[in-house]
Amino acid sequence: MTGVALKGLLARRVRAILTALAIVLGVAMVSGSFVLTDTISKAFDSIFTSSYSHTDAVVSGRKLVDYSTGGNTTVSQTVLERIKRTRDVAAASGALIDLNGDSTHANLIGRDGKAIQSNGNPTFGFGIDTSQPRFNPLKLKEGHWATGAHQVVIDAETAKKHHFAVGDTIGVAASGPKESFRIVGTATYGDVKSLGGATLAVFTIPTAQRLLDLHGYSVISVAAKPGVSADRLVSELKQEVPASAQVRTAKEQANEDKQGVASFISFIRGFLLGFGGIALFVGAFVIFNTLSITVAHRTRELATLRTLGASRRQVLRSVVLESFAIGLAASVIGLVAGFGLARGLSSLFGALGLTLPETSSVYATHTFVISLVLGVLVTVLAGFVPALRATRVPPIAAVREGAVIQRKKRLGPAAGVVLFGIASALIAYATLGGHLGSGKSLLALAGGALLGLLGVAGFAPVLVTALASVVGIPAKRLGGAAGGLATDNATRNPARTASTAAALMIGLALVTFVAVLGKGVHGSVDRAVNKQVTADWVVTSQNGWSAFPAGAGRAVAKAPGVALASDIRSDRGRIGSANVNVNGIDPATIARVYHFDWRQGSNATLVRLDGHGALVKQSFAKKHHLVIGDDFTLRSPAGKPVRLAVAGIFQPPRVMELLGGVVISREAFDRTFPRPSNSLTLIEGSPTQAGLDKALAAFPDAKAQTKADYVKAQSSFINTMLNLLYVLLALSVIVSLFGMVNTLVLSVFERTRELGMLRAVGMTRRQARRMVRHESVITALIGAALGLPLGIMLAAAVTHALGKYGVTFSLPVASLVIFTVAAMVAGVLAAIAPARRASRLNVLEALQYE
Amino acid sequence: MNAAAAALSDERVLLDHSPPAVGAHAIARRYGEGDTAVDALRGVSLEVPRGQLTAVMGPSGSGKSTLMHILAGLDQPTSGSVEIAGIEITKLKDNELTKLRREHIGFVFQFFNLLPMLTAEENLVLPLTIAGRKPEPAWLEQLLESVGLDDRRKHRPSELSGGQQQRVAIARALVSRPTVLFADEPTGNLDSATSAEILELVRRSVDELGQTTVMVTHDAVAATIADRVLFLADGQIAKSLARPSQAEVIDAIQEVAGQ
Repeated sequence: MTGVALKGLLARRVRAILTALAIVLGVAMVSGSFVLTDTISKAFDSIFTSSYSHTDAVVSGRKLVDYSTGGNTTVSQTVLERIKRTRDVAAASGALIDLNGDSTHANLIGRDGKAIQSNGNPTFGFGIDTSQPRFNPLKLKEGHWATGAHQVVIDAETAKKHHFAVGDTIGVAASGPKESFRIVGTATYGDVKSLGGATLAVFTIPTAQRLLDLHGYSVISVAAKPGVSADRLVSELKQEVPASAQVRTAKEQANEDKQGVASFISFIRGFLLGFGGIALFVGAFVIFNTLSITVAHRTRELATLRTLGASRRQVLRSVVLESFAIGLAASVIGLVAGFGLARGLSSLFGALGLTLPETSSVYATHTFVISLVLGVLVTVLAGFVPALRATRVPPIAAVREGAVIQRKKRLGPAAGVVLFGIASALIAYATLGGHLGSGKSLLALAGGALLGLLGVAGFAPVLVTALASVVGIPAKRLGGAAGGLATDNATRNPARTASTAAALMIGLALVTFVAVLGKGVHGSVDRAVNKQVTADWVVTSQNGWSAFPAGAGRAVAKAPGVALASDIRSDRGRIGSANVNVNGIDPATIARVYHFDWRQGSNATLVRLDGHGALVKQSFAKKHHLVIGDDFTLRSPAGKPVRLAVAGIFQPPRVMELLGGVVISREAFDRTFPRPSNSLTLIEGSPTQAGLDKALAAFPDAKAQTKADYVKAQSSFINTMLNLLYVLLALSVIVSLFGMVNTLVLSVFERTRELGMLRAVGMTRRQARRMVRHESVITALIGAALGLPLGIMLAAAVTHALGKYGVTFSLPVASLVIFTVAAMVAGVLAAIAPARRASRLNVLEALQYE
Repeated sequence: MNAAAAALSDERVLLDHSPPAVGAHAIARRYGEGDTAVDALRGVSLEVPRGQLTAVMGPSGSGKSTLMHILAGLDQPTSGSVEIAGIEITKLKDNELTKLRREHIGFVFQFFNLLPMLTAEENLVLPLTIAGRKPEPAWLEQLLESVGLDDRRKHRPSELSGGQQQRVAIARALVSRPTVLFADEPTGNLDSATSAEILELVRRSVDELGQTTVMVTHDAVAATIADRVLFLADGQIAKSLARPSQAEVIDAIQEVAGQ
């Protein structure tokens, strides 16, 4: 029987391949996600391990605050000297290397005078003692290490990409205005092939300290004398270093460094796998549908097998075996295709400005196992209902023409309604509870969406006839008799049309959800930024959100036409054990360029922001039980304390808060925080773009925009995100396209005789083609008619839950029109091959077809 | 009659005391309910003796197909009982019916019903394959030879003529040496010359192998090879003839139709 099943599969190989395609893409996505993230992970691993390859212990400043822009405390020269004198220390070397923070960061300036930087990728500026090569994580590729104050070594990748060679001059901007350096060498980070979008500039220690405005070292690498264990070295060093520093073994330090990256990588992995899952889910629909049709076509054959003594179990086994074989073949193809897709995903992220470091591709065992198991499992599960249906083929169907499989009472519609009810309840729970964002509610939301889609797919057959008569109107008008027949064909087997359309519905519903939600969030960001900023011009860093040198603010203040420039400093601090955003403002000018939503106090309160007055965000005040006049202590990332008293309470918007947490005067900020830098400089007046650009010429990391452009730029990341989601969701739309092709091919095949009859009574080839094409478009439009409202409903629920963040519901009409048109185009594309087949039928043969 | 056939007919005599291959008692079959109900069979009782070829004839709607479906366990009577090899089959569960088909029933269809992806030989042994048994090589060779497809064994159905396909189908029905072979209009889809060959093959399998056979046909020529012909009209057996001539069959058809 196994042989019979496999021979049958081979005989229907075109069908089998079409079926398999539905699952290939999903598996490819899963396999690609693993290959990509494993590769990135390995690249980071080798960055971190090569940092400490000949190091036993690492001494660094204690980290008091997460995500500080100023950087953590450093370790002084005195500490380094003490370490070198410690008994079991063979060698020690200080360096300025901060892989996870912002403190060792210097922009290289390209030949166009602009900073070489892609969105959010790090721009490292290191100070390395190259006299002790054992501690140097970098490998020199060309030239020599920097020895003088005006020398720099840059990474080989940037040198190549931006056409710099040893001997050239390059601009560098770190904490101050840009300066010129001579490139004396190029280097790579250990054996890492590519640092992604990151750039690297390596200076002598004194030069780095000056450029980065850092004292001492960010890290000291220590090697033990032979025979001394790392643990013993660490415990010895702990006696020597001050409380502001910490000592770890090299291994612990590497693991610590990896933490942040590891969670980022696992987020990306989960994100990509999610789309693989969606594609597989859609693929399951296609498999289910195709196998159902195939089983229906094989009624006679299956019945014959029954009359020859095959048991139901054997029939079940043979159909399950078929889907197993299809699933396995598709999964193997998908697995391999995923290796290629990993590159595509990498360039996709690259196109959106997120370039990640890479090394030679990693093909881990789990990639193979998970891809294959998942692909086979989904196929077999999707094929199980058709297989069960095959067992219900009665033996008498072998002799009786037109014997139909006995249907158990159709449970689909009723089950669909029940599922939809459960889905609505889950979504209501997730969105009405006011706690969207918690793990439980997100799970409920995802589960609700999934069940909702299944539910609609369940009762869709009931809606098909009504929907087809509406979306079929254009076909009737435009297609004449062929169009009318197309509508009839689409409703002839509502279950089949419904499940074909349902596959497309899933993709369209998700795309619609994303578009509607995206528009709502876009609006809320626009409103939030517009409301806060009352300035005419805004200076930000190139990427719009990271910190830029304070000197840039002073520079624009002098530009012609600038009435006033108000700097907003920004960093993170610590109150008790909690981290908080801290801003430093100019109390005299801030109210002219920033709108405070006062809860207690007024613009007049600002003058009281002397050395220890602070404004706090209302939600922050509530959480820490602070009222006007209360004292509290804030610590800088370097550990420096400052006593503050609450002078006023305000509430910025819940999204895009430009001032938040604790707001103090700029003077107090600069006294307390190391390396103060700006997040914004707000300008009043009527300067020109050229004038501001000129003022900012020495600060390539800063840029000036009008308020309108700034607002637009702030919400542009939403568009980027939307585009990424569209591309990834397109995958599942493509899968559903395969499903449409399958259904049409099989429908044309089973209507061979009928098509022959139509041709015999005068239907032209053109009309035959048109008939198939219209049927396809009608099916696609049914998918749209189901998917769009579902996506809108889901988005409306989530929008409601996000109402407190200022997200409002608004329909992106243009996008919805585009999706509908895209669905129609998909329908036309899916119909190309089946329509051609229908039109090329030989009338005589078709009529004799049995 | 050669020696082997003689031996077989002796065996037939010996087996005369065993139950008939197929026995039906007062079977009735009603389709539908209420006003639209149709009685396809109204109390048919019969016995199919072992080693004989029994033909069932009758005009369209006489119930001859329904009768065969019920005798073969493909359909269930509304009332009455059917026995095959002494086993009451109308109350059997699906699994028991499967077992019954494997051991006791062979089928020959009007449209051959060969599996297109299998070769002639693979189709031939399919009932054994399904039952998980291996064909005896000598038996297989004998079958292939007797249906005259020795040189066509590797061909697929699409590469065979209609007559050849039906011969494969007959060999397939014989391969498991069933208690009874049911043939449903075996010549219905063939031209007259090919029909004659197929009928000759069916007759030969009865004579040489002692294969009990029930054949439904509306072809008067086909009926003349039968040991006994049952004429159905209005769901009842209207007439029964032993080894009739073609003329007798035609007369009987007219007589039955005229009732």
